Amino acid sequence: MAKTIEQIYEEAFKEIKSATDSESIKALSIRYLGRKGIITHFLRNISNLPPEKRPEVGKRANEVKKSLDKAFKHALKHLETKSLQKDYKIDVSLPGRTIRQGSLHPITQITWQICEILEKIGFDIAEGPEVETDHYNFEALNIPKNHPARDMQDTFYISDNIVLRTHTSSIQVRIMEKVTPPVRIIAPGKVYRCDSDLTHTPMFHQIEGLMVDEGISFGDLKGILTTFIHHIFDKKTSIRFRPSFFPFTEPSAEVDILCVMCGGKGCRVCSHTGWLEVIGAGMVHPAVFENVGYDTTRYTGLAFGMGVERIAMLKYGIDDIRKFFENDLRFLRQF
Amino acid sequence: MKVSLSWLNDYIPIDKKSYSSIADSLTMVGLEVDSVTNRYDYLDSVVVGRILNIKAHPNAEKLKLCDVDIGSRAIRVVCGAPNIYEDMVAPVALQGTRFPDGSVLEKGMIRNELSEGMLCSETELGLGTAGSGVMILDQKQLTGNKLAKALELSDMVFEIDLTPNRPDCLSIIGIAREIAAFRQTTIKYPEISLSDAGDKISDLTSITIKAPDLCPRYSARLVFDINIAPSPFWLQDRLMSVGLRPINNIVDITNFVLMETGQPLHAFDFDRLSDHRIVVRQAKKGETFITLDKKKHLLAPDMLMICDGEKPVALAGIMGGHNSEVTESTNRVLIESAYFTPVGIRKTSKKLGISSESSHRFERGVDPEGIITALNRAAQLMSELDGSSLIEGIIDKYSKINHAEPITLNVGHTNRLLGTGYDQDKIENLLKSIEFNVEKTGNDELVVVPPSFRVDIARPVDLIEEIARLSGYNNIPTTYPLIPAEARHPEEQLRLRNRLKKVMTGFGFTETINYSFINRLSCDSLRLESADQRRNTINILNPLTEDQAVMRTSLIPGLLETIHYNIAQRIKSLRLFEVGKIYIGREKDNLPEEIEMLAGIWTGSRTNVSWCSKESGCDFFDIKGVVEGLLNRVKIDRIKFTCMPDNSCTYTRPGHTAQILQEKKLIGLAGEIHPQVLHNFDLKQAAFIFELDLKAISDLMPGTIRSKPIPKFPSISRDITIIIDKDFESSELLETIRKSVEELIENLYLFDVFEGDTIPQNKKSISLRITYRSKHKTLEDDEVNYIHKNITDRLLKEFDASLPT
Repeated sequence: MAKTIEQIYEEAFKEIKSATDSESIKALSIRYLGRKGIITHFLRNISNLPPEKRPEVGKRANEVKKSLDKAFKHALKHLETKSLQKDYKIDVSLPGRTIRQGSLHPITQITWQICEILEKIGFDIAEGPEVETDHYNFEALNIPKNHPARDMQDTFYISDNIVLRTHTSSIQVRIMEKVTPPVRIIAPGKVYRCDSDLTHTPMFHQIEGLMVDEGISFGDLKGILTTFIHHIFDKKTSIRFRPSFFPFTEPSAEVDILCVMCGGKGCRVCSHTGWLEVIGAGMVHPAVFENVGYDTTRYTGLAFGMGVERIAMLKYGIDDIRKFFENDLRFLRQF
Repeated sequence: MKVSLSWLNDYIPIDKKSYSSIADSLTMVGLEVDSVTNRYDYLDSVVVGRILNIKAHPNAEKLKLCDVDIGSRAIRVVCGAPNIYEDMVAPVALQGTRFPDGSVLEKGMIRNELSEGMLCSETELGLGTAGSGVMILDQKQLTGNKLAKALELSDMVFEIDLTPNRPDCLSIIGIAREIAAFRQTTIKYPEISLSDAGDKISDLTSITIKAPDLCPRYSARLVFDINIAPSPFWLQDRLMSVGLRPINNIVDITNFVLMETGQPLHAFDFDRLSDHRIVVRQAKKGETFITLDKKKHLLAPDMLMICDGEKPVALAGIMGGHNSEVTESTNRVLIESAYFTPVGIRKTSKKLGISSESSHRFERGVDPEGIITALNRAAQLMSELDGSSLIEGIIDKYSKINHAEPITLNVGHTNRLLGTGYDQDKIENLLKSIEFNVEKTGNDELVVVPPSFRVDIARPVDLIEEIARLSGYNNIPTTYPLIPAEARHPEEQLRLRNRLKKVMTGFGFTETINYSFINRLSCDSLRLESADQRRNTINILNPLTEDQAVMRTSLIPGLLETIHYNIAQRIKSLRLFEVGKIYIGREKDNLPEEIEMLAGIWTGSRTNVSWCSKESGCDFFDIKGVVEGLLNRVKIDRIKFTCMPDNSCTYTRPGHTAQILQEKKLIGLAGEIHPQVLHNFDLKQAAFIFELDLKAISDLMPGTIRSKPIPKFPSISRDITIIIDKDFESSELLETIRKSVEELIENLYLFDVFEGDTIPQNKKSISLRITYRSKHKTLEDDEVNYIHKNITDRLLKEFDASLPT
């Protein structure tokens, strides 16, 4: 017998170790374990040994065969990995070539959110001019000249009869002049008031809603706004409706939510009342319908309006409204 | 408006402890309580003290040095009051105390002696009228206790934010009435009993109304033998409780009645009225008048004046005159109680810029039937003063004031509008609770007459609002409207705007929102020509600042200011955009043209600087690429960029600016900001901008997208390099090629531009790859070679070009 099984084993291991590529491993595997391989050959020749030695040698040879098979597979895997790493590894912890998206202004994001909810409820978006006639901004909304209600909004004047719109309610009349009920619109856009401090900027954004049809009730107004608030804030937000005054709605309501900052205990944000005003609303005043020629015995309507900045401030926890228009990238990038 | 519980208690019993539920209820019936404060909060740092010993002040004869036990320790107090004695228990104000007269106590030296507090009199503390000596407290009071607690002083004050439709609530009685309504009780109006005697008023004075439209009612009484003095304490206390400062008995009484009833009154010094009479007339042109705050006003003929026999003595309903005001020597007064037309008062008040407690009420509308009550109330209080006597009778000049007609309210209509199921009785009870006169009729209707003080009630819907607020908005069932499931198409421009915004953020641009107003000088900063339509700005008559004085006619100034702001914050590479309107003025009295624009700006580096890329500045082709990508994304093709003709855009750099055309239509521009403009905006780094007209883009958007089949046959590419004039715009070359065999050219790709070296001066070489493909068959080499040669020949001929050697 030329070589003992132990010798074969030893040599095979040496050869595996010195192999540098997967091809030679594959060749070695065939040379030892193939149909005409050394181990195969050895096993076949066991029958030539004396009978008393056969079981022991046979057992050992099978062990070697298994062990080599394992070694070949392992070596093959190792060499494949090595060849993929092509000489060196990369430092995967280095920063990537980031593809950085820009961001939408927080006011755009909140406007989109608000419009999306209201569009689902069935409102269509309408728009109108920002530089507006006194008629559409005031007179047609039942706010005559020399009425104390004009003090409720500090107005920028362009001339005696032209103003920067103080609310997006000005779109109400423009739309109603054009279409007959049913009317279901929301009007997002910029509005202007001459006021500037922590909670006021001379320009801000509002979204106005108007729904006119037969049988629209104050209960419906409550339903729509409750749904809306539960979507824009969260389902558990407590809401209250309380009487207020707007010349173009009657009954008029102010919609408050339980303070999101203190949960109603009273804090600086809610002026220690526990409540935050978020929406002004009401049933369309018959005088407004008369101004556009709607039949007040047939139609009723609901209207509401909200400040986008106000909602954004509450949702994002922003305490200074002026931040929205400074356009500091460190601010804008957060949204 | 401020309302104190102590004053309210005069008309409706109030439990001090229930203040917060009253405040909540007021808010919930529409009288929003903004804040609730304790009137005696200012006494927080005043404690009970006991004088331990008194020594003479070494440097002042009239002052004493007292050691005062204030519970936790003893302090040194310098005091000048004559009535102090050892073991006296008295209030001590500690440093920081703010007294009712506005002064603040500070720790300090008085004639070189330390004084750590102040022993106070009733007057100083606003607790009484005894002003000469230190207030004496009960010996049993414990030192160190807070004075307010020791004396059980507490009076909550509501600050109520009233809406302009509720002038009836601009009074304590008005608020009491509302409380009575939700408490389902009634209020106790003050009892007025007068003892007038002696001379008859009609023999002593007269009233003439020459402008009954502006003054439909004017009434007066006379009170003689008056001793002008401080008011009795109860009266001062009432005024102080709502934040008014007492002045003298006559003025205080008119203020008291104003606050109590909401009816403004005025007291004239009767002896300063010429001819002892009143004439109500409009001002004469050019007339001037000095109000009691000593300011001089130029009057206009539509202003209503109260005059005596010869001259104006008061600006009707707004402010009295300096020439007739009550002074210390006044002995006889004429009390005015009148109704002035709201619009007239508002016009005059606005024009002169004077707003007073009186004008505030008159311009909202006072109770036309409350005038005499208020007059008599004031007369009663004045006649109760020591020595004074009320002259017999009253003058009441009264032409017609329009009263609310009875209003018919339909129960069904009410319930339909509110979404409720109230019956006649429920509605009747609610309206009666606020003193409305209600009569039920058989056919489910009610006939309602509102009280005279509710000047805001004229229509059925006004009554419905009352019903809603009194029953509680939160008790109205929440319902949902039944609406048809129809949807309309949104405006194209709106959809486009939202889409472009998303695409821009995808390109790494951050959205900004700048103010719509700019400085007028911004037009100069952009170097706009005088004929440029963007000089037709819309000017704000009452701007807040010069920087916000005109409506913008370009988005560029806002973007430049924004990059300036961020560069100052050390953010030097910026990609920003804005979608917004510009406003171009038209003829006077017309609304401006509002044009929606999209503008972008890129400054600083092209990519993030990192370990794997070196910093390189952005350039024209970066911003142009953004525009191309943007338009490509919204499927607008056939876009052409051509060199902006010289001087047609003043704020971008000549030769580095392209106008963006679709067919022949100008839809925007892209270019580098002019160095001079950079300088004007204090910028030191190049910036590249583009502007697009949203409406124009919207008009170019294709309708529905039609999908094309994926090509079945292989394509063949051929390169071409030609040499042309340097100034030649490559786009023309591309267009010529494309047009030559449109159906076979699938793609054109300009892959190299080269100048110098072997290329002759004033020439450049341009290399293109043309991809040919047919929809119908596999193109043969021969075929393509033939076409390619044709194209090459044509270019050489048409553009005077040559092939590289």
